[in-house]
Amino acid sequence: MPRRKKRKEIFALGNEAVVEGALLAGCSFYGGYPITPSSEIMEIMANRLPKIENGVFIQLEDEIASMGAVIGASLAGRKALTATSGPGFSLKQENLGYAIMAETPLVLVNVMRGGPSTGLPTCPAQGDVQQARWGTHGDHPIIVLSASNVQECLDMTVTAFNMAEKYRTPVILLLDEVTAHTREKIEIPNEGEYEVFSRTVPSMPPEWYKPYEETVRGVPPMPPLGSGYRFHTTGLTHDRNGFPTQRPEEVTELMERIHRKIDQFFYDIQLVDEIQTEDAEAVVIAYGSVARSAELAVQQARENGVKAGLLKLKTLFPYPRRHQEKIMAKAKTIIVPEMNMGQMSREVKRVNMGRAAVRTINRIDGQIVTPSEILKVIMQG
Amino acid sequence: MNEFTGNEIIHQYLRHNKKFPHVLCAGCGHGIVLGTLIRSIHSLQIPKDDVVLVAGIGCSGRLAVYGDFNTVHTTHGRAMTFATGIKMANPKLNVIAIMGDGDALSIGGNHLIHAARRNIGVTALILNNNIYGMTGGQSSPATPEGSTTMTNPYGQLDSSFDTVELAKGAGANYVARGTVFHVKKLEKIMTDAIERPGFSVVEAITPCHTQYGRKNKYKTPVDMYKWMKKAAVSIERYNEMDEAARKDRLPIGVFVENDRKGYEEKYYAMQANFLSKNAREGK
Repeated sequence: MPRRKKRKEIFALGNEAVVEGALLAGCSFYGGYPITPSSEIMEIMANRLPKIENGVFIQLEDEIASMGAVIGASLAGRKALTATSGPGFSLKQENLGYAIMAETPLVLVNVMRGGPSTGLPTCPAQGDVQQARWGTHGDHPIIVLSASNVQECLDMTVTAFNMAEKYRTPVILLLDEVTAHTREKIEIPNEGEYEVFSRTVPSMPPEWYKPYEETVRGVPPMPPLGSGYRFHTTGLTHDRNGFPTQRPEEVTELMERIHRKIDQFFYDIQLVDEIQTEDAEAVVIAYGSVARSAELAVQQARENGVKAGLLKLKTLFPYPRRHQEKIMAKAKTIIVPEMNMGQMSREVKRVNMGRAAVRTINRIDGQIVTPSEILKVIMQG
Repeated sequence: MNEFTGNEIIHQYLRHNKKFPHVLCAGCGHGIVLGTLIRSIHSLQIPKDDVVLVAGIGCSGRLAVYGDFNTVHTTHGRAMTFATGIKMANPKLNVIAIMGDGDALSIGGNHLIHAARRNIGVTALILNNNIYGMTGGQSSPATPEGSTTMTNPYGQLDSSFDTVELAKGAGANYVARGTVFHVKKLEKIMTDAIERPGFSVVEAITPCHTQYGRKNKYKTPVDMYKWMKKAAVSIERYNEMDEAARKDRLPIGVFVENDRKGYEEKYYAMQANFLSKNAREGK
C-alpha cells in the first residue's frame, strides 16, 4: 500500500482556509469588493491568484459589480468566487437570482456580521440565515452551507465549489465572524486527495445543443462562452433553447426542473455531523461557531449524566429535515442556540411539529453563545 | 449595384429562424444600430464564436437575442459588470456591452465610469433614445430638459446627461457619438471602437417615437429622423461654431482616440512576468 504523502499543516484564519479550499477546488477567478469581516479572503486572493496560471483577481467598484463579474467569469468557463458580509450580501441578491435562473455555478461566501443595516461590523452574528434562503426574489432553490471551525472552512469551500459545478447553481457559504477570524492549525490536503468536480460540458455538435435541455439529473451541460456553442443566456424565464418565454407549460417545466435538480439529490447535499445523538434525549441543533460551544456543552452534560447530543448542520438549506426526523425518535428536548432572533429554530419547529419541546437560545448583542449558556438549558431538561 | 448586399450580410448573423419577428416598434432606430454593429463585425472578419454581446434591460437589452453570437442578457444596468468578468476570464473574446441610456447612465452609471477608469477591453455601445422605452416612457438621465414624459408630465426639470463628456471625464480610451440617421459614419465609428484596445464608448442616438417623440412635438417617426439630420453636426465643424450657433446642435464624430492597453492586457502581462520568474527559479 502506497504511503500517504504527509499533509501540509498551516496555522490559518478561517478566511485564509476559504482561499486554500477555493484554490484546491480549482477556483481561478475572484471578483469582489472589500467589506469587514470578509476582507481577508479578498486580500489573500489578490496575492495568490495573479501568480497562478490563468488565475484572475479583480477588485470591482461595488458589490453588485462583483457579483456580475463573477457570473460573467463563470459563463466564460471559470470556477469563480466572491466574498462579502451582511450589507454587501444584500446588494448581491439581485444578481444571485440571475445566477440561479441562468444556472451559473459560483460560490458566494458571506461572513455574517450583526445587522440590520451597517450593524456590528466586527462582531459575530448569524443574522443572514433567512436572507441566504430567501434574499433574492421569486421562488427558487438554493444551497447554503456553513462551517464551524477553520478546517471546515477549507473543506466546505471545496464542497461548495463541487456542489455549484455539479448542480449548475450558485452556492452560498455562510460563516460567522468567530469562525472567519479564528486562527487554528489546519491540514491542507494534497492534490488529488479530495474529489474535485467540474461542470459537464456538452459533447454533442453545437447545432444539436440545447442549453436548458431536460436531462436525467435535471442539470444540462454548460459550455464556456466562445467554445463554438452559441446560445442565449438570460434572467428571463426561458425555454429549452434559452430564449424568453411566457408559455405556461414552458415556464412550469423550467421552474420544476431547477427545483428538482436540487430536490432529488438531498442525500448528497444535506450534510450534518451527528455527535452522540444515538441515544440522546436532549439534542442541540447548531451551526457555525455556536456548534463548537454546543459540542463542549454536550460533553459536559454527558459528564453530568444527561443524555445529550449535537446535530451540527453543515448544510443549512435545503434544510436537513430527514436528519432531524431521525433524532426526533428519541429526543424529548431540542435546543437551538443561535446568534440571531431565531432564524433557524423556525426550520427546526417546522419539522418538529410539536413532537419535542423546542428551546431557543438567542444572542443578538454581538457576543458569542458560550458553552455554559447551552449547558444550563440542557440541564434544565 | 446590388441593393441586397447589406441584407445578405446581416442574414448570416441573425437568429432569423428563431427570434423573429422582433419586438421593436415601427420607426425605432435600434434595428439600424444592430445592423451597423453586425456590418462592423463582418468587416472586421471576427468569427461569430469570438463575439459576446452582453446586454442590459429594455429595448436595447433585447438586441442581443437577435444576433447569432454568444449572447448574455443581464440584469438592469449591469451589462458592463458581466462584460468585465467575461473579458477578464477570456481576453480573446470580443466583448460588446449593449446598453440603453438608463442602463449606462443611471442605474449602471457607476459601472460605466469605472470601466472607463479601469480601461477594460470592452466596447460599450450605448443606445440613447432619451427615454425608458420598454418600461413605458419614463424620464431617463438623457431626457432633454423641458420635455414631457410619464414621470414628468409638467416638464423635465433636471438637465440632460452628456454621455460623451462623462466618458471623457472618466478616462475612456475611445469615445465617439453617432446617430442612426448617419449610418455610414456610425458604422465606421463602431468598427473603429471594436478594433481598438482598451475601453471604447460609442453613443448611438436613436429615436423612440412611441414613448418620446409622440409626446414631444414629433408627429411622425420621420420627424425624429429629420431632427437628427438637422441637429447633428460633425465635431470638427462644431468646434468652429460660435456659442449661438451651437445651440440645439449635437456634435457627432470621434471625441477621444487613444490606444492605451486594456486592463486585461496589463493584468495578463503581470501574470506572465510572475510565471516566467517562477520558471527561472524552478518553482
